[in-house]
Order: sequence, then structure tokens, then C-alpha cells
Amino acid sequence: MKKYGQHIIIWLVLAFLYLPILILTFYSFTGSAMIGSVREFSVKNYVTLFTEPELLEMMFGTLSLAIIVAVVSVLLGTAGAVGAFYSRKGIRRTIEIFNEVPVVNADVVTGFSICIFMIVLLHMDKDTYIPLVIAQTALCTPFVYLCVMPRLKMMDNSLYEAALDLGCDPVHALKKVVIPQIMPGIVSGFMTAVTLSLDDYFIATYLKPATFDTISTYVVNATRGAQTDIKTALWALSAVMFVAVVAVVAGANIRAGKEEGSVRV
Amino acid sequence: MNKVTFDRKQLAVPYFIYLVLFVVMPLLVVLYYGFTDAEGHLSCRNFAEFFTNGKTMGTLVYSLVIAVVVTAICLLLAYPVAYILAKGSYARKHAFLMVFVLPMWINFTLRITALKEILTVLEGNLAYHPFMNTVICMVYDFLPFMIMPLFNALTKLDKSMIEAGHDLGATFPQVLLKVILPLSVPGIISGVTMVFLPAMTNYVVLDMVYNSTYIMGSLIGSYFNSYDWNNGSIISAILLMLIGFFTVFTDKVILGKEEERI
Repeated sequence: MKKYGQHIIIWLVLAFLYLPILILTFYSFTGSAMIGSVREFSVKNYVTLFTEPELLEMMFGTLSLAIIVAVVSVLLGTAGAVGAFYSRKGIRRTIEIFNEVPVVNADVVTGFSICIFMIVLLHMDKDTYIPLVIAQTALCTPFVYLCVMPRLKMMDNSLYEAALDLGCDPVHALKKVVIPQIMPGIVSGFMTAVTLSLDDYFIATYLKPATFDTISTYVVNATRGAQTDIKTALWALSAVMFVAVVAVVAGANIRAGKEEGSVRV
Repeated sequence: MNKVTFDRKQLAVPYFIYLVLFVVMPLLVVLYYGFTDAEGHLSCRNFAEFFTNGKTMGTLVYSLVIAVVVTAICLLLAYPVAYILAKGSYARKHAFLMVFVLPMWINFTLRITALKEILTVLEGNLAYHPFMNTVICMVYDFLPFMIMPLFNALTKLDKSMIEAGHDLGATFPQVLLKVILPLSVPGIISGVTMVFLPAMTNYVVLDMVYNSTYIMGSLIGSYFNSYDWNNGSIISAILLMLIGFFTVFTDKVILGKEEERI
């Protein structure tokens, strides 16, 4: 009996989390503009999604921004974590407290405060994309730091010392010994940064150029408008993103499983 | 010569400067703008006005109500799930956890669009139940963020503690109240932190389900749209103070626990 109770809870919550996305994915393959009224099978939503210049530009822009932000965040955050790890306790503590601010802060406040500082006070130009990249990096880097730090703590420090003793210079020792050991943390930091940037609405609204749209700002504007074609093309986008996320997560899990297995063997 | 002077510590310098410039400075600037008027004179008028104006106080109360309800529902749904995953009979529990947190990686506006379409079919018109729809959408959005820390706390929990409780004659509810819940407090706290504040501030969810009542985040959004930097800043400052109090308070709770252990 207890087992049944467990299964029921698990499956009910899973249904709540997945049914909306699955139903929307199903309807994205029909010509229907409303859920519930099934019409013929159609891929017109996917055609619109990948031919409409406005949508293509938005997807390309969002993805480019996410990758740029993630690369900058990984460089800053990894170097920051390695540096902080070997710094005095007081300095490391200070970095850790500052690092915690964007993590616990509301995105609205993070976005608004950076906007006040850079746009209102320093009169920077939003159209250069620089404020947007800086602000999203300020949100993402702390998470990279948090992904890398545990790996540094797990690392065997004597390997670095051994490299130095064997005549390696510090820069190479870092590249050849430290970086490979913390690589899993860097990879998950990169993935986290990409998702945070793709998910972000508030920082983008306060700091993006007026003509530029990310997925989030675009979807919110589209729900206000009445363009049915665009609305249902966004269903297709949900489906595409859902499949992409499942593929990435499954791929990462299988790889992690294989690595674990090989270690055990 | 350069290589000789290289020290690993120096790698932290760029990030430290970045943090000071783009994390600390903006907060100080927001505090400055919040406590000055449009002419740049120091004043607490905005601050005082927030707490004396019926409208803004109503917004504060409404966002607190939403946040409490959303956090409570998330906790009630996530706790059993996290417990079953961590301590139940499921094999490969980490892979199973991934299934629960996977939606977190899909853009939240797209996920809410999906839920919104379903709710529209069920209810006919979303505008009739703005509060309920907001709560449903927020729970849907934030639930994975609650499951993850709870799962982490509950996996670490030593199973022999639970067994000891049972061996000493305690019933399951007693073990839950006296053993499992107290030991999972750190997980509960980080889950609540992940959900409570977004629920007070994520006004996009309200916009998307046509809930025209303001929450704290909507105030910042509307002051931003009307270029009212001083009032927008004071709302941010008030939220910052709230986060500060919460962090200090929970740190005390967790630190207290750590001292006990020592």
C-alpha cells in the first residue's frame, strides 16, 4: 500500500510538471490555434518558426547573447574561484559575500540597480549591447564560481606542487594540472550560465537595446498581441526547446554514468 | 620576469574588481537614489511615503500573501517528492531527480505559455480567477527550485536515524516531526529562499495571466517605465533590506545548528 502512495505522489507531480508542455507540443503539430480543437496534422508552425525573419533574428540574438555571456562568465568565474581559493581567508570571505549577492537577490532588483548605475548615472548607451552583456554576466558569473569552487576543494593539491617540483612553471601547471581537474565544474558552470541567460527577462528588459528581443521579452510581448501565427509558432519553439533540453540532459547523464562506471571498473 | 611574479592569487583580481563595480556599486547607487529626491537632496520622504501610502502598502501585503501561499504549496508538494526520491525505493534516484528539475532549464515564459493555454481551456476566461491562476503558474514555475535543495538535504540524512526512531517505538508522524524535519531545516531554508523572493517580485507571471494587481516587482517595472528612478530605487532598497534581514536571520539559524554539532 505504501508503495502505491509513493507512486501516486510522484506521478501526479510529474504530470503537473510535464502535461502542459507535452500537450502544447502535440498541438504545435496541428493547424489549430486553440488547444482542445483538433484539426489536421500540420508543420506550418515549424515553417513559420524557421522562416519568419523576426523570429529567426530573435532566436539567433538570444542564443548569441547567451553564449557570449556564458564565455565571459566562465573566464571571470573560473579565474575568480581559483584565485580566491588560494587567497587569504579574509579576501576569499569578501569575494564569497559579494558573490552571494546576485544569487539571493531578486532579478528585478539586480537588473534595475545595474540600469540605474550604468544608464542613469553613467549615461552608457544601451544600443551598444555592452550594458546588457555586463549585467547578465554579473548575474551568471556567481553561479560559475559556485560550480567551480567545490571542484577546487575536492582537488588533490599535491599534484600542482609535484608539477612545480618537476620544473613546470605556475602558468603551465595551472593549465595542465588544475584546469583538467576542475573541468566538470567549469562545464556545469557554462551550462548554468547559458540557461540563466536564456531564461532571463528582467535584466534584458532594463538593459537591452530597444529594437533587440530575447526569447523572454519576445514571448511576453507576443502574449499581449493578437497575432495567432506568431502565438502558435511559439508553441513550436517550446517544443524545440523541450526536446533540446531533454537531449542535453540525457546526454550529460549518460556520459556521467559512463564515467562513474569506468571509475568503478 | 613576468612568470616569476605570477601568483595564483592574482587570478581573483579581475573578478573582484568586477564584483565591486557591477554588484556592489549598483546597490550603493540604488540606496543613494532611494534616499534622495529628484533634485538630489538627501531625504527619507520616498521611504516614509512607501510605508504611509495605502496603495504601496497594499502592494506589499498582496505580494507577501502571494509569496506565502506559493512557498507553502511548493513546500507541501516538493517535500514528499524529495523524500520519496531520496529515501524511497526508487533506483537511480539522481537520474530521477533530473527528471523533476529538467523543466527548470526551459525558458520560463514558454513554460507559462503552455500552462496558460491549458488553464484557458479549463477555465474559459483567465480573468475570472487572477489570484488562483497566478499561484498555479508560480508554483509550476518554482517547484523544481524547491525540490532540488530538499532532495540534497534529505539524501544526506542518515537513514539509521530514522530507523533508530522507529526502533525506539516512534510512529512515522513522530519520526517525521522530531527527526526528519529538524534535520532537513537547511534544505527547507534554501528552498524557501529560492521561491519566496521570486514570488514577491516576478511580475511577468502576473502580466501573462492578466492579473492586473501589483506586486513589489510590478512597482519597480512601472517606475522604470515612467523614468521615476528615485521611487524605483526605494522599492529596490526595501527589497534589499528584506533579503538582508532574511539572510542574517537564516544564517543565525543555520550557524546555531553548526555550533550545536561542535
